[in-house]
Amino acid sequence: MERHLMDSKIKGVSTGTTILAVTFNGGVIIGSDSRASIGGYYVSSKTINKLIQVHDRIFCCIAGSLADAQAVTKAAKFQISFHSIQMESPPLVKAAASVLKELCYNNKEELQAGFITAGWDRKKGPQVYTVALGGMLLSQPFTIGGSGSTYIYGYADAKYKPDMSKEECLQFATNALALAMGRDNVSGGVAHLVVITEEGLEHVVIPGDKLPKFHDE
Amino acid sequence: MTSYDLSASTFSPDGRVFQVEYAMKAVENSSTAIGIRCKDGVVFGVEKLVLSKLYEQGSNKRIFNVDRHVGMAVAGLLADARSLSEVAREEASNFRSNYGHNIPLKYLSERVAMYVHAYTLYSAVRPFGCSFIFGSYDQDDGPQLYMVDPSGISFGYWGCAIGKAKQAAKTEIEKLQMKDMTCRELVKEVAKIIYIVHDEVKDKAFELELSWVGEVTNGKHELVPKDIRVEAEKYAKEKTEDGSSTL
Repeated sequence: MERHLMDSKIKGVSTGTTILAVTFNGGVIIGSDSRASIGGYYVSSKTINKLIQVHDRIFCCIAGSLADAQAVTKAAKFQISFHSIQMESPPLVKAAASVLKELCYNNKEELQAGFITAGWDRKKGPQVYTVALGGMLLSQPFTIGGSGSTYIYGYADAKYKPDMSKEECLQFATNALALAMGRDNVSGGVAHLVVITEEGLEHVVIPGDKLPKFHDE
Repeated sequence: MTSYDLSASTFSPDGRVFQVEYAMKAVENSSTAIGIRCKDGVVFGVEKLVLSKLYEQGSNKRIFNVDRHVGMAVAGLLADARSLSEVAREEASNFRSNYGHNIPLKYLSERVAMYVHAYTLYSAVRPFGCSFIFGSYDQDDGPQLYMVDPSGISFGYWGCAIGKAKQAAKTEIEKLQMKDMTCRELVKEVAKIIYIVHDEVKDKAFELELSWVGEVTNGKHELVPKDIRVEAEKYAKEKTEDGSSTL
């Protein structure tokens, strides 16, 4: 909720946004819309990328001030990459989320960006972490974020099941994004989805007109 | 030869840094400490020489906790060792703060080794006169054992010994099939080895400090409980009482 109220106070370009990440049996799907707006009346980009890859099997979705989010993810990407080389092994998703959390918490006065970190690692498999505005870190089986998320809490809570198959999970994520983008004026464009598994990554892009349609569309 | 050994920033003509070698001699003057890695954990044993009857029992510990899952046994100048244990603790704590999980032992050992190594580069400071053995247990990576010496290198081991009787201890350790043993079996063998290498003639009284970390302690490094230690010491005394005390 707080992100929705905060968005209008963000100077410059914000990602009034819908982002989500959902674990399924064997992987995690991370998704977002692609609209960047100024003040809720001007769409500054219809095709922005909100899914930032921070390591081979770890992605972050960004919400809030676009400038802040890009700066934080750039710093986090460097730190995680260095950490991984020092450890001589791929980083844990928890470690990546912690790096983001430290950046958000230590700079909370200046920053206005929230993230969802999701990925796969050898130790715990698929995981989803929320890093909220002030630097809270929380692990959840799935999570939704951004201004558009307020419109789909009911849908997500009702329709999520643990241990879904990849197809069921894709359908769940696509529907959730479509519903949010349909009601939130600052979310829209195309739906970006990335499926992360041990084997690799799969990008799915669904243009706005190909999204699932609901009763009044 | 004497003029090349005054500072750590000088090499001798035959390519040695004498200060570092002297630091290792300081470790060899200290009483023995051993660490052995087995199938499901790591056990440390330290021969703690009791220099005065006035010492409280259990004081002057030589085994430290660096983090919940990491233990450290030391030999050499104890003051150096204690200050380095603080360095190791900060390293582990910062790692957890930044990355949200337990520090892997290989990484901790390399970081401490890097720190120790830094003190072998300058004439303004002296090298640390102590060696440590680090041990940890993690459900996914299993038991790990690393040793850091005053020159600032660290290696992983299945079993290692530092201090005055390290050669004798190493010989005994090599006889063990540690990869097939459990912590409970190993505790007795570690106690036995300390009793074997202890020199009754030169050093009279000693206290055996035993600690372990493994599946048996749920990944937490702690001193071996009193009853198990007493049982291990009894076993050790039995095995060494038949005349074969020192080698």
